[in-house]
Amino acid sequence: MQPTLSESTATVRTAALLRLLVRNHPGVMSHICGLFARRAFNVEGIVCLPVGDATRSVILLVVKEDERLEQLIRQLRKLEDVLDVRRAPEAQAAFAAVARWMD
Amino acid sequence: MQASGAQLLTTLLERQAIDIIAGIPGGANLPLYDALRASRIRHVLARHEQGAGFIAQGIARASGRPAVCFGTSGPGATNLLTAIADAKLDSIPLVAITGQVPRAMIGTDAFQEIDTYGLTVPITKHNYLVRSAMELLEVIPDAFRVAASGRPGPVVVDVPKDVQNETVEFDALPAPGQADPPPRFHADDVARVAALINAAQRPLFLIGAGVVVANASAVLRRLAETASIPVAATLLGLGVMPAAHPLLLGMVGMHAARYTNLVLEECDLLVALGIRFDDRATGKAAAFCPQAKIVHVDIDASELGKIKQPFVGIEADVGDILRALEPRVVATPRCEWIRRVGQLRAAHPLATPGDADPLQPYGIIRHAAALLGDDVIVSSDVGQHQMWVAQAFPFTWPRQWLTSGGLGTMGFGLPAAIGAALAHPAKTVVCFTGDGSLLMNVQELATAAEEDVNIKVILLNNGHLGLVRQQQQLFYGGRFHASRFQTEPDFAAIARGFNVAAHDLGAADDPLATLAGALCTRGPCLINVPIAADANVYPMVPPGAANRDMIDLPPPPSLPRRGQGEVALSARE
Repeated sequence: MQPTLSESTATVRTAALLRLLVRNHPGVMSHICGLFARRAFNVEGIVCLPVGDATRSVILLVVKEDERLEQLIRQLRKLEDVLDVRRAPEAQAAFAAVARWMD
Repeated sequence: MQASGAQLLTTLLERQAIDIIAGIPGGANLPLYDALRASRIRHVLARHEQGAGFIAQGIARASGRPAVCFGTSGPGATNLLTAIADAKLDSIPLVAITGQVPRAMIGTDAFQEIDTYGLTVPITKHNYLVRSAMELLEVIPDAFRVAASGRPGPVVVDVPKDVQNETVEFDALPAPGQADPPPRFHADDVARVAALINAAQRPLFLIGAGVVVANASAVLRRLAETASIPVAATLLGLGVMPAAHPLLLGMVGMHAARYTNLVLEECDLLVALGIRFDDRATGKAAAFCPQAKIVHVDIDASELGKIKQPFVGIEADVGDILRALEPRVVATPRCEWIRRVGQLRAAHPLATPGDADPLQPYGIIRHAAALLGDDVIVSSDVGQHQMWVAQAFPFTWPRQWLTSGGLGTMGFGLPAAIGAALAHPAKTVVCFTGDGSLLMNVQELATAAEEDVNIKVILLNNGHLGLVRQQQQLFYGGRFHASRFQTEPDFAAIARGFNVAAHDLGAADDPLATLAGALCTRGPCLINVPIAADANVYPMVPPGAANRDMIDLPPPPSLPRRGQGEVALSARE
């Protein structure tokens, strides 16, 4: 049985990559980041770009994999401006490419 | 068609069938008020924006439909925050529409500018900063759709003043926003739950606000009766089953009757319906229902497994699931379990000392209930009086009971009662309050007088922040601090000062006759009921303890009063 938020202390395992499809307008980022921040859940990396006709954006997130993540994903799915959330291990390549600009 | 943003917004609210708006005008929403003058919507002028927010909440809670409040920018918006947050925690469909400084001045620290959008992100289901009058055509119906869909909740629409004044041309008005259809569920899950119920020896329903929202009280009752399943309720699930129903166990949790929590200890299947396992209901979550498999049905998927991992979790409308279960659940008398529940009830009933005396907490509640009958709406504030009412008032129908559960907001009761009375003008609304709570929104007595609403404010006046005092007595070694009010206001005089009739039961020759006269006279009134400062709410589960570890009412004889609970608590640790 999975331990739950209140029944266990979160333990860090490894990084998780999430891919969010969102409506592209000012404010969506604060909804998403606020959701992580007020649960004291650090976002390690963000890449965001508009897609298609720019009414939507894709946000790639690197976060720590811990027991609270599934609850956070469910909370993300409740946000009106978040259209889809999935785990996306392949997005590691995007962050590797961005890392070159961070020196 | 052509209209100003303010006119368009007003028209869209009319099309949402909004007939009352509570609010306060100010610089940044004056165009809205100008448009509202020409509307058939009735405006109720609150005396503080928090009052306006709770009046709207009272309308929404009593009617089950989204309700609207207005506030201006800056302090108007910040004053609304508590009522919005309260609506978030109790899943109330509230649409708060705020004025904002003109677009060109946003971000300049303009007069009465505040980031309403940013402030309301964590306390709303969704929020909008409207960037053009044209956007209103989408935003307003969408705001109502979001507020009413799935698990309801508050929505904020922030409208800059120049957007309210902007002229917009459009071809047609959009359809009013409506709740989305509930999520689909798998018949397999229903079959699994039915099999679990049919196989269980000691099943229990635990019901919450989700059953109220789903309008599922009739099917719940049928199913409970068919399969002989006792029903316990959270604070917000009271009223779904009539209090006198033999299967109803009353409220669970911190101030439950001891037998109620003991039945939960013994059940082998907990069917949790529209609840979120709040810590005031569960006590120490790991020790909650230790023998039970848990079935959890909630329309909010993020609640499943948040606190307790269910054996079966279903994201669905509670009513849909109960109706699907009905043909699959086997009728059985379950004699042994029902007998055991009866034993526990007889051995550990709720003690209601003083319930014949109208000057004691249980007494005033019982007498008021008897005088008012079933056709009354009850609101409360937050504190000891709230728990006494939850324990002892014989609620008989859903939406009869309006209380601030999740946020626990003192100051909720009076404006919520005004809202309920506006939504149901033919009914009497009684507001049980305390002297601490009432002062937190006492200015709304002016609104009550102005609207001549039929509300009866019954003030359980102990001169203290009673539940704080109780905790200091039980858990802080009797070291009382900042819980006693040094001066005692003359509440009857205050009410009369607002043009509200007032009675003081403490000074009445025949308190019962005075109470009866007050409750039967139409219009707003305040009834001051002096009660003893050391009357506590029992039983009580200490914060963080398991529900089985309840502190009981200490025996009345000449034992030392102070420190009783401490002894009882430390003996268990």
